[in-house]
Amino acid sequence: MSLSNLEKYNNAFQEAFGIDESKLNADLKYQSIPEWDSVGHMSLIAELEDTFDIMMETDDIIDLSSYEKGREILAKYGMEF
Amino acid sequence: MSAVDELLSAAPFSLSKDEKSELYAKSLFELTKNSYDNCDYYKRILQILNFYPNVSHKKEDYPFLPVRLFKDFNLLNVPHEEIVKTMTSSGTTGQKVSKIYLDRTTSTNQTKVLAKICSEFLGSQRRPMLIIDSKSALKDRNMFSARGAGIIGFSMVGRGATYALDEEMNLDLDSVNAFLAKYPNEPVLLFGFTSIIWEHFFKALERLDVKLPLDGAVLIHGGGWKKLIDQQVDNETFKKSLISRCGNITVLNYYGMVEQTGSIFMECECGRLHASNYSDVIIRNPDDFSACGVEERGLVQLISLLPESYPGHSILTEDIGELTGEDDCPCGRRGKTFIIHGRIKNTELRGCSDTYEKR
Repeated sequence: MSLSNLEKYNNAFQEAFGIDESKLNADLKYQSIPEWDSVGHMSLIAELEDTFDIMMETDDIIDLSSYEKGREILAKYGMEF
Repeated sequence: MSAVDELLSAAPFSLSKDEKSELYAKSLFELTKNSYDNCDYYKRILQILNFYPNVSHKKEDYPFLPVRLFKDFNLLNVPHEEIVKTMTSSGTTGQKVSKIYLDRTTSTNQTKVLAKICSEFLGSQRRPMLIIDSKSALKDRNMFSARGAGIIGFSMVGRGATYALDEEMNLDLDSVNAFLAKYPNEPVLLFGFTSIIWEHFFKALERLDVKLPLDGAVLIHGGGWKKLIDQQVDNETFKKSLISRCGNITVLNYYGMVEQTGSIFMECECGRLHASNYSDVIIRNPDDFSACGVEERGLVQLISLLPESYPGHSILTEDIGELTGEDDCPCGRRGKTFIIHGRIKNTELRGCSDTYEKR
């Protein structure tokens, strides 16, 4: 049984920040939790790139400023949620 | 929309002298007024200087703060709860460090501008990146030293970040070789602080008599030169030495301050440091602080469009420099160009990598 893209996306956040699934919502933004600082951000990008086997552009890395925005950006790389 | 937002869609070295003059007169007025209205210390300084922020001035007439003030005072334009990151200069024990307070807007703009300037020299593809430092530089995530901030900032333009030094700052040749094996045919990005690269990477390669196959790589390095100048190592020697050990690589030095993180000055292929659209430089005569012309040595004043959360848009450094021209560099990039001759005497050590001490 394979995971859906949303499950993979959620796993990447949990893996990068070590947070509970209940925190994955519209309030989750860059700098909104201690784990999502600039260091955590690079871990998240690495997780997402490994998970979906993509290479993001620098502009998109900077624009990925919230849990929701990330889904929008990944859509540009062909991920459907 | 702020000036920074507007500029982000343009090439980073595209503004002509006249365009820049207009933009900076306007932006300096706004940034100075913002700091005056929101930072009591800054307001008091301007009052002592009899400077009126409510009328427009010429670019050269706006006040500049000596970088030392950021050590002695907590200077910020926003309430503490809006600060998301505090950056410090990397002082050694006993030295006071500068504290720079960033809110979300300023922090984000720094990252965007740094990426923009780097892409001009690296292309938009993120290259595999070898960081010539130790991961331990990132230990304290809330209080970033200039060193940690540099590593994180530059990491955005790379991928597969690998650290070339272990926790004790020894060359980790196994990691370096694994990195090279993983990306055999790709041009990579090397990044590090000048004296750390020299002491812990270049000297280790010499000692072990190892050459690394890094043809096509770009090495970006910055930070204080003091330690290397003491060892008679200048920019040219640094370049040649690194090329002798790493193959046909491009070595680019950058100049920047923790007080103006992001809007760095990159050295172009012609060996000149370039002000981008986001920054400007004025050389001041140390006797009367008048603005110097081309090829006159003086103190370096730096202007950046980025600082909004603290009064750091115009600072006076303790470096001696000299303008080499404006909009006329053979590399084709616009903006003022300059070279740095070193630090004024009797000042403290404060460059990011000057102040690194071996444990």
